[in-house]
Amino acid sequence: MPPILEIRDLSIHFVQYERGFRRRRLPVIRDLSLTIQPGQVVAVVGASGSGKSLLAHGILDLLPYNGQMEGSILYQGEPLSPRRAEQLRGDEIVLIPQGVTYLDPLMKVGDQIRRGRKDPDSRARCTAALQRYGVGPEVEALYPFELSGGMARRVLIASAVVDRPKLIITDEPTPGLDAKAAGRILGHLRELAEEGAGVLLVTHDLELALTIAHRVTVFYAGETIEEAAAQDFSSSAGLRHPFTRALWRAMPQHGFHPLSGAQPYPGTVDTGCPFAGQCSRCRPDCVQTQRIPLRPWRGGAVRCLFPEEEASS
Amino acid sequence: MGRLGHRLRFAGKKLLRMVLLLFGVSAVTFALMAASPLDPLQTNVGQAALGSMSPEQIAQLEAYWGMDVPPLERYLSWLIGALHGDFGTSLLYRQPVLTVIGQRLRSSLWLMLTAWILSGVLGLALGITAGACRDRWPDKLIRGYCFTISSTPAFWLALLLLMIFSVWLGWLPIGLSIPIGMDAASVTLLDRLRHAILPALTLSITGVANIALHTREKTIDVMESDYALFARARGERPLAIAVRHGLWNVALPAITLQFASISEIVGGSVLVEQVFSYPGLGQAAVTAGLGSDLPLLLGITVVTAALVFAGNLAADLLYGAVDPKIRRGAARS
Ligand SMILES: Nc1ncnc2c1ncn2[C@@H]1O[C@H](COP(=O)(O)OP(=O)(O)O)[C@@H](O)[C@H]1O
Ligand SMILES: [Mg+2]
Repeated sequence: MPPILEIRDLSIHFVQYERGFRRRRLPVIRDLSLTIQPGQVVAVVGASGSGKSLLAHGILDLLPYNGQMEGSILYQGEPLSPRRAEQLRGDEIVLIPQGVTYLDPLMKVGDQIRRGRKDPDSRARCTAALQRYGVGPEVEALYPFELSGGMARRVLIASAVVDRPKLIITDEPTPGLDAKAAGRILGHLRELAEEGAGVLLVTHDLELALTIAHRVTVFYAGETIEEAAAQDFSSSAGLRHPFTRALWRAMPQHGFHPLSGAQPYPGTVDTGCPFAGQCSRCRPDCVQTQRIPLRPWRGGAVRCLFPEEEASS
Repeated sequence: MGRLGHRLRFAGKKLLRMVLLLFGVSAVTFALMAASPLDPLQTNVGQAALGSMSPEQIAQLEAYWGMDVPPLERYLSWLIGALHGDFGTSLLYRQPVLTVIGQRLRSSLWLMLTAWILSGVLGLALGITAGACRDRWPDKLIRGYCFTISSTPAFWLALLLLMIFSVWLGWLPIGLSIPIGMDAASVTLLDRLRHAILPALTLSITGVANIALHTREKTIDVMESDYALFARARGERPLAIAVRHGLWNVALPAITLQFASISEIVGGSVLVEQVFSYPGLGQAAVTAGLGSDLPLLLGITVVTAALVFAGNLAADLLYGAVDPKIRRGAARS
C-alpha cells in the first residue's frame, strides 16, 4: 500500500516586488520531505512564522497569490497536481484550519459546514459530525463570532469529518485551549488516525505533538533539520540534530533550558548550516559547506555534518 | 434592555446628532454669508440703477435684503421660523423657499438618483470584476479608467461630453431640463430623460471611479481572506465562493460607500448643473449664494445636509440588517 502522502524536496517561496520594479524571491520553506502512512500521525514542529501554515495550504494548492511551490507531492502514490488537489479538497483531503477567522463571519456555522447543500442527508451528516464532538445542533444556527474558543475548535474539526477523509491536515489545533480541552482535541485527531486516515499535525508545540504523533519532522529557518520517530524523544540521546536536542532540553519536564539566540529569517543564510549561529558544536566546515543535505541517520534523517552520536549529550 | 429599547435609543441618538448637525450647518452657512464681501444691492440691483434711486427707495431695498438687521438677530429669527417649519421666502424667486426647493429638487432628484444608482451598480460590478481578475487585463483596464477619471475635474468632463454628444454629434440637447420654449404640460418623459442623460452621465462617470476602486480593494481582501481559503479547502468552487461568501462580505463596505457617496453626488451636481444649465438644486444653490439670497441658501444647505444625513442613517440601518454581529448583538444586549 503506498503512503497516503509523500512530499519530496518541497520548497515554497514568495515573489515580491521591491519598490514596484525589482522582483525578489523570498524563500520560506526549503527542501522539505515527509511521508505519511495510513493510520499515522505525522507532526511538523517549527517556530512561529517558519512556514507551517503555508505548508498546510500548499499541499492543498491554496498558496497565496504571490506564493510558488516546487518539488513533488504524491497522494496515494500519484502526483497531486493542482487539478487533482482541487477535486480531492474537502472530500478526501481536508484541512482543519488554524482559527475561527477561517469561518465566514457573515454565514451561519451550519451553512458553512454543509457547503451550501440543503438536502436532508447533508443536514443529518452535519448534525452527526458536530454531535461526535459534543456540539449540539443549535450551534448550526450560530454565527462564528458567537462561538467560544473551544467550541470553534470543535466546529472546525467537525467540518473536516462530515465525509470520510483519507488525509487530514490540521494547523495548530490547540492554542487558546486549556490543557484538558487540548488533550481532548488531540485525542479526537488520534482517533481519526486509528480509523485509518493519515494525519498531518502542524504545530509549534513539540510537547503536545509528542502526545499523539508517530513521527516528527522538525523545521528550522524553513528547512527540515530532523525527521524522527516519536519514541526517539524519550531521551535526548535518541535525537540527531543539536537543535532538536535543544528543543528537547527546553521542554518543562527536561529542565526548561531555553536556547539562546533567534532563528535566522528563512533564505537569509545562503551557505552553510542555518543553525550555525546558535549551535554549540559548530565547526568551520559547518559554515563553509555550500549546502548541507538531509541524509538518513539511525532510522530517521538529519541535516547536519556532524550529527549527534547516540552516546553524547 | 429589550431589542426595542435598544433600537429606540439608537434612533434617539441619531436624531439628536442630526439636529445638531443641521443647526451647525445652518450657522456656518449664515456666518459665511454674513462675512461675504458681496453687497446684495450691488449684485442684484446694479450700480447704475442704485445711482438713480432715492434714499427712501434704497432704504426699502436694504430692508428687503435684510441689511438693516444685525446678523445675529437675523439668524435667530430665521432659526425660530425654521423650527416652526417656515423657511421664509426666497428673495430672488419671490416664492416660499420650500416651494422653490421642492421644484428644484424634483428635477435634481432625477439626476442624482440616476447617477447614484448607475455609479453604485457600475462601480460595484467593475470593482468586483477588477478584484477577482487581479493584475490581469480586466483589472488593468478598470484601474486605468478609474485613475484617469479620478484625476479629471468633473466640470471638464462635463464640457467634454457636451462637446462630443451635443455639439459634434448633435444627439443630445445642450442644456436645460426641458426643450426651450415648450410649455411644461406638453413635455414628455422622453424629453426629460434626454435632457438628464448628459448631466447624469457626468456625475455617474466620476462617481464610479471611487466606488470601483474601493470595491476592488475589498474584493481582493475577501478573496485572500482566511475564510475564502477555507471555503476552497472545503471544495467550494471559485464562482460559488464569490457568490456565497464574496458578495455579502463586499456588500457591507459597499453599503457604507454607496450611501456616503450621496454627499459627493450632491456636491458634484452643483458643478455639473452649472455646466449644463440644468435648473436643479445645485444651480439654485449657486444662484442663491452669488445673489445673497440668504433664506434660499440656508434652506438648500439644510435640505441637502438632511439628505446626506438620511443617507448615512440608511447605511447604518442596512448595515445592521446585513451584519449579524450588530443584528444579534443588538437583540441580546
Ligand atoms: N503572501 C505572502 N507574501 C510574503 N510573505 C508571506 C506571505 N504569506 C506569509 N508570508 C510569510 O511566510 C512566513 C510563514 O508564514 P506561516 O506559514 O503563516 O507561518 P507559521 O504558520 O509557521 O506561523 C511568515 O514569515 C510570513 O511573513
Ligand atoms: Mg500558522
